[in-house]
Amino acid sequence: MTDTMLSTPDGVGADYYRIGAPVADTQAPAGPIAGKWTQRKFDASLVNPANRRKLSVIIVGTGLAGASAGATLGEAGYHVKSFCFQDTPRRAHSIAAQGGINAAKNYKEDGDSIYRLFYDTVKGGDYRSRETNVYRLAEVSANIIDQCVAQGVPFAREYGGLLDNRSFGGVQVSRTFYARGQTGQQLLIGAYQALERQIAAGTVEMFTRHEMLELIVEDGRARGIIARDLVTGEIETHLADAVVLASGGYGNVFFLSTNAMGSNVTANWRAHRKGAYFANPCYTQIHPTCIPVSGDHQSKLTLMSESLRNDGRIWVPKRKEDCEKDPRQIPEEDRDYYLERIYPAFGNLVPRDIASRQAKYMCDDGRGVGPMVGDFRRGVYLDFADAIARLGRPAVEAKYGNLFDMYARITGENPYETPMRIYPAVHYTMGGLWVDYDLSSNIPGLFVTGEANFSDHGANRLGASALMQGLADGYFVLPNTIRNYLAKGPYPKLDADSPAVAEARANVEERTQRLLAINGQRSVDSFHKELGHIMWEYCGMERTETGLMKAIDLIRSLRAEFWRNVRVLGSADTLNQSLEKAGRVADFLELGELMCIDALHRRESCGGHFRAESQTEDGEALRHDDQFLYVAAWEYAGGSGEGEMGNPVLHKEDLVYEAIELKQRSYK
Amino acid sequence: MNLTLKIWRQDGPKARGELVTYQVADISPDMSFLEMLDVLNERLNAEGKEPVAFDSDCREGICGMCGLMISGEAHGPEKTTTCQLHMRSFKDGETITIEPWRADAFPIIRDLVVDRSAFDRIIQAGGFISVNTGSAPDAEAILVPKPNADRAFVAAECIGCGACVAACPNASGMLFMGAKVTHLGELPQGQPERAMRVQAMVATHDGAGFGGCTNIGECSHACPKGIPLDVISTLNADLRKAKSGRF
Amino acid sequence: MSRLPAGREKFTRRTAAPVTQATDGERYVAIVATSTLPASQQAVRSSIGLKLLMAGSGLIFVGYVLLHAYGNLMVLGGADTFNNYAHHLRTFGQPMLPYGGLLWIVRVVLLASLVLHAYSAFTLWGRANGARSTKYAVKKNVAASLSSRTMRFGGVALLLFVIFHILHLTTHTITPQGKQPTPYDNVVNSFDKWWLVLIYALAVIALAFHLTHGVWSASQTLGLTNTATSRARAKIAGHFVGALVATAFLIPPLAILFGIVD
Ligand SMILES: Cc1cc2nc3c(=O)[nH]c(=O)nc-3n(C[C@H](O)[C@H](O)[C@H](O)COP(=O)(O)OP(=O)(O)OC[C@H]3O[C@@H](n4cnc5c(N)ncnc54)[C@H](O)[C@@H]3O)c2cc1C
Ligand code: HEM
Ligand code: HEM
Ligand code: SF4
Ligand code: F3S
Ligand code: FES
Repeated sequence: MTDTMLSTPDGVGADYYRIGAPVADTQAPAGPIAGKWTQRKFDASLVNPANRRKLSVIIVGTGLAGASAGATLGEAGYHVKSFCFQDTPRRAHSIAAQGGINAAKNYKEDGDSIYRLFYDTVKGGDYRSRETNVYRLAEVSANIIDQCVAQGVPFAREYGGLLDNRSFGGVQVSRTFYARGQTGQQLLIGAYQALERQIAAGTVEMFTRHEMLELIVEDGRARGIIARDLVTGEIETHLADAVVLASGGYGNVFFLSTNAMGSNVTANWRAHRKGAYFANPCYTQIHPTCIPVSGDHQSKLTLMSESLRNDGRIWVPKRKEDCEKDPRQIPEEDRDYYLERIYPAFGNLVPRDIASRQAKYMCDDGRGVGPMVGDFRRGVYLDFADAIARLGRPAVEAKYGNLFDMYARITGENPYETPMRIYPAVHYTMGGLWVDYDLSSNIPGLFVTGEANFSDHGANRLGASALMQGLADGYFVLPNTIRNYLAKGPYPKLDADSPAVAEARANVEERTQRLLAINGQRSVDSFHKELGHIMWEYCGMERTETGLMKAIDLIRSLRAEFWRNVRVLGSADTLNQSLEKAGRVADFLELGELMCIDALHRRESCGGHFRAESQTEDGEALRHDDQFLYVAAWEYAGGSGEGEMGNPVLHKEDLVYEAIELKQRSYK
Repeated sequence: MNLTLKIWRQDGPKARGELVTYQVADISPDMSFLEMLDVLNERLNAEGKEPVAFDSDCREGICGMCGLMISGEAHGPEKTTTCQLHMRSFKDGETITIEPWRADAFPIIRDLVVDRSAFDRIIQAGGFISVNTGSAPDAEAILVPKPNADRAFVAAECIGCGACVAACPNASGMLFMGAKVTHLGELPQGQPERAMRVQAMVATHDGAGFGGCTNIGECSHACPKGIPLDVISTLNADLRKAKSGRF
Repeated sequence: MSRLPAGREKFTRRTAAPVTQATDGERYVAIVATSTLPASQQAVRSSIGLKLLMAGSGLIFVGYVLLHAYGNLMVLGGADTFNNYAHHLRTFGQPMLPYGGLLWIVRVVLLASLVLHAYSAFTLWGRANGARSTKYAVKKNVAASLSSRTMRFGGVALLLFVIFHILHLTTHTITPQGKQPTPYDNVVNSFDKWWLVLIYALAVIALAFHLTHGVWSASQTLGLTNTATSRARAKIAGHFVGALVATAFLIPPLAILFGIVD
C-alpha cells in the first residue's frame, strides 16, 4: 500500500488513487502507419456467412456510432439487438450536430490528404491521442462521404451538382461536408434509415425506450446486458456473443451542457464498475459560443455554430460600471475587444478552449454582461454591427439567418440590433471507456464506439470530427474488428439463471427498489444541479489542485446525501421519468469524482484540460510531455455498494509518436 | 407570470385520463415551455405528487422528441417545437390546456407521452435507399442538380415529431410520409426503388390507422420545420405513377 | 372522461407488413431488405387511391356543372331558346345515338361517378373518425379554410339536393309549380316561388364551397401542385370555379324571381 502511494507523482494524489500496471494496445499491427489498417483487416479472422446468423451482438445506442454499426452488422448477417432510451433510434443526440463532418477527400485540391487530416487531428488533440487510431480515422473518412451520399444524405451542393465544402474549426483546408446547419441530423437519418431497413429484414431487433442498466460479465467476457423497458418497467435480460456500447458522451455531469436531456454515462459507468477502464475522464470540451444561462430554471444550453466567430467581434466593457448599460450606448473606446487585443494574429478565431477561458476571465473580473447568475454576469458580447456595416444586413442574414432566429427565439432579443450575448458551455467529452485498436475494451467481448470511447480526440476534439469518428467506427472499423472476436464464437450458451446473470439482475432490481425506498426530501434534479455547479466551478474551464480537492469532498458528501435524502416518487412498473433520472444522476455522482481525481493527477495543461498551475508566462496551456505523455486508464476499485467508491487504480498507456513530431502549441 | 394549466393526466395506456388543473406562479417569460413544466414537476415532487410525464431530449428543436398540444395548437402558437416555445408567447393569467398528441396510431403511454413507433414502421416499409456498407461509388460520381438537392433538403428537414398528425383533422400522416418520399424521390439515388417505396409506405401508413388527407393544410401550418404541402402532392403523384406503371 | 385510446396491439394487428420474409424457417436470415411489395395491390383501396377516385369523379362533376350552368343561362333567351336547347340535348348525336341517348350516357357517367365519389368519401370519413377516436378538449384550426372543413357535410347536402332536384325538374315527381307543358314553363313557374329559389340558392352556395376547395384539392390529389406557385394557382382556380358556378347558376332563378324573365 505505501509502495503504491509513493509511486504517485506527488504526495497529494495518494489519498485519492493508486497506480497499477501499465496497459498497451496490442492489436495495431507493426509496420508503417499507412499500412496498418489494411494489414489489420487482413489479419482479423473472417466469419463464414452461414455462421453469422448464429452470432449475436448487442448494440447499446443508435447515434451515428450505434446505428451505423447496427445497420452494417445486420446487413452482414449477424443477429443484432439494438437499444436506445428514446422512442425511436432517430432521436439519438447525434441529431443535434450542426457544423459538419470532415473527410480527406481533397475535392478542392487545396492540399488536403489523409496525412494532413491525421496530423491536424493529433495536433488539435494536443498530442494526447493514439496515433494509430487517428490515422485510421483519417483513412476511412473518405468512404463515409461515399456511403452517406449513396444513402441519400442531402449534403450541400454547388450549382454544377458537385458537393460543397467549407473550412471549419480554424483549419486551412476545406474538408468539411455539411448540410446547412443540420449535418448531424441528416447523417443520423441516413444511418437510421439503413438501420430500419435491417429491422424490416429481420436482422436487427430494435428495443426503443429501453435503458441498459447493467453489463453481464461471465467468465471474464461481456455476454449481455440487463435493460429496463422504460414503458412497462420490466427488467429484461439480453444475452449475446458480444456487446457494443455506443452510448454517447457524459457532458451532462455538468447538469448544464449542450447535450440532450437524456444523455448520460450509465451504460459506460456500469461497464466501468464491471471492470472496463475509463480513460481520460477529465478531458471535456467547452464550446465558446453558446447562449448564456438566463436563470436558475435553465435546463440546458444551446450551441450557436462556431462559424459566427468568422464575422462577429467579441468584446466586454472596459469598466465594470458599464456592464449594465445598453451596449449600443457604450462608445468604441470603452469596449475591450479582448481576443483581438491578446491574440492579434488569430483574434476572434483562436481555438475553442482559449476563447472559452478568456470569456471566463472577463466575467470573473466582473466585466461580464447580461443577467446576474449567482454573483456574476456570465456573458460577453458577440457583435455583428461591423459585419452588418461592411457586408450589409441581407448578406449577414443569408449567412447566419437561422442562427440569429434561434437566438431571437430563445432570448427574445433581436441580434441584428443589439449584440448577441454568448458564454462557453460544456459540449463534448473526449474521455470514455478505454479501447484498443480493435475498439475492444479491456473486457473481452465489450466493444466501445463513438463518443463513448476515448480513442481519437486526445485532450481536445477538432470541429467536425466527432461525426466522422462515429460513422468511421460504426460503418467501417467495428464491423471489421469485431469479426475477429466473433469468429471464435458462438460462445457457450448462457443460462438465464446463471450466477452472472442473476447477480446483474439482482443489482438492478435492488438499486431500483433502493432509489424508490429512500423517499427523502430533495428532488433528483436538485442533486444534479448541485453536482453540476461543483463540476463547473472546480473541474470546468480552469482547474486547480485545491479546487479539485475541494470538489472531491463536496461530491462525496453530496453523493452520501443523495443516497439518504433523494425523493423518487412513483413505482418501478410504469413509465417513471424521475426514476430514470435518479439512476443516471447516481452514476454521474460517481463519475464526477473520478473526473476530479483524473484532473487532479494530471498536473499539466493540455487541450481542454487547463491546470492553472501549468501555464506559460502568457497564460497559455503548458504540457509536460516528460511526465504525462500517456493515457490515464482508470480501473474501478472497491465499493461494491451503490454510491461507494474505493480509490481508483491508474493504468498508464504510454503514447508513442512515430509519424508525428511533438510540438508545444501557440496561437500568439 | 402566473398561469392556470389544465393538463391531461393518464396513469397508463389502459387507464382513464382526465384534465387536471394546476396553478403555477412566478414563471419567467424567458423560460421555455418545458422548463415551465419542469418547475411544476419540482413542485409536485415536493408535495409528494407524481410529476407529469412528457417527452423531450435535445430541447433545441431538432430531435423531434417533444410535442404537446397547447391550447389546441400542436407545439403551441409559434412555428417551432414545444421545447423552443418560450413563455413570453403567453399572457400573464392565461389558462393553458395541455394535451398529448391524439391519434389512434399514436397510443398514449402515460400523461403526455405517446407512442409514435408507427412512424418507424412507415420508414421500415420503404423510407430508405438500399445500399450496403462499402458498396458505394465515389460521392462525386453522382451529380445532383442544385434545385433537386435543395428540394430534397427541405423535405429531409422533417424531425418526425408527429405534430402534423396531431394537427390534422383526419389524423393523417401524409405530411410526414410525403416528406420522406420527396426527399428520396428528388435524388438520383432514390429512383430505382421509387415506385415500390411509395406503395409500401402508403400501405403501412393506412394499416397503422392514420386517416387519409383531404388537403386541409393544418399539418404544414403546425410543422415546426415548415415542411410545405407540396410534398403531399409529390406523394400523390408518385402513388399515381406507381399504380399506372409510369415511373 | 373520455374513451380509452387503443393499446399497442391495435396497430400491430392492422399493420400490413411489407417485409421480405425469411425463407428457410429460421428466424434471422441475412436477407437484404428492399421494398418489394407486389406492384398491383393495395393502392386502390389505399387512402390515396380513394382520393384519386374522388378527384377523378369530382372533376367530372365540375365539367358537368359548368356545362349545366351554361345551359341554364339559356332561360334568359326566352321560352323558345330554352325549349330548343332542352330538345337539342335529346336529339344531339342523332342518328348515331337514339333520342335522348346523350342524356343517358351523361346520366350513367354521373351516376357511376357519384357512387365512386360517395363511396370514397364515406370510406375516408369513416377512417378519419377511427383515426382519432378520442377528441381534443381544445382544438384550434388555424390554417383550414371554411370550405375545406365543410366538404363532408356540404357533400351530403349536395347529394340530398341533387335527389330533390331530379325529383323536381327531371322526373317531375315533386311539382310545386304544377304540371307544366314545356321545360321553360317548368323552370319559370318554379322560381317565382321565393322558397324554391332559396333552396336552390343554398344548394348553389354549398356547391360553390365544395368546388372552391374541391378544385384545389383535386389538383393536389392528382399531384399537380409540386411548387408553391402551382399550389397558389390551384387555389385561385378553386375560387374562380366556385365563383363562376355560383354566379352562373344563380342568375336564372334570381332573374325569374325578380321578374326580369317571365
Ligand atoms: C450541440 C452539438 C453540436 C455538435 N456539432 C458537431 C459537429 O458539427 N461536428 C461534429 O463532428 N460533432 C459535433 N458534435 C459532437 C457529435 O455530435 C457527437 O459527439 C456524436 O454525434 C456522438 O455520437 P454517438 O453515436 O457516439 O452518440 P449519441 O448520438 O449521443 O448516441 C447515444 C445513443 O446511446 C443511447 N444510450 C445512451 N445510454 C443508454 C443506455 N443506458 N441504454 C440504452 N441506450 C443508451 C441513446 O439512446 C443514443 O441512441 C456536436 C455535439 C453537440 C452536443
Ligand atoms: C355524396 C355526397 C358527397 C360527399 C359526401 C362529398 C364529399 C367530398 C369529399 C370529402 C371530398 C374530398 C375533399 C377534399 O379532398 O378535401 C370531395 C371532393 C370533391 N367533390 Fe364531393 N362530395 C359529394 C358530392 C359531390 C357532388 C354532388 C359534387 C359535384 C356536383 C362534388 C364535387 C366534388 C369535387 C369536384 C371534388 C374535388 C375532388 C378532390 O377533392 O380530390 N361532390 N367531395
Ligand atoms: C338554379 C339552378 C339550376 C337549374 C335552373 C337547374 C335546372 C335543371 C333542369 C331544368 C333540369 C332538367 C333537364 C332536363 O331534364 O332536360 C336539370 C337536371 C339536372 N340538374 Fe339541374 N339545375 C340547377 C342546378 C343544379 C345543380 C346545382 C346541380 C348539381 C349539383 C344540378 C344537377 C342536375 C342533374 C344531375 C340533373 C339531371 C340530369 C339528367 O336528367 O340527366 N342542377 N337541372
Ligand atoms: S412533417 Fe413536420 S410536423 Fe410532421 S413529423 Fe415531420 S417535422 Fe413533425
Ligand atoms: S392537415 Fe391533414 S388533411 Fe392533409 S393537408 Fe394536412 S394531412
Ligand atoms: S426536445 Fe428535441 S425537438 Fe424538442
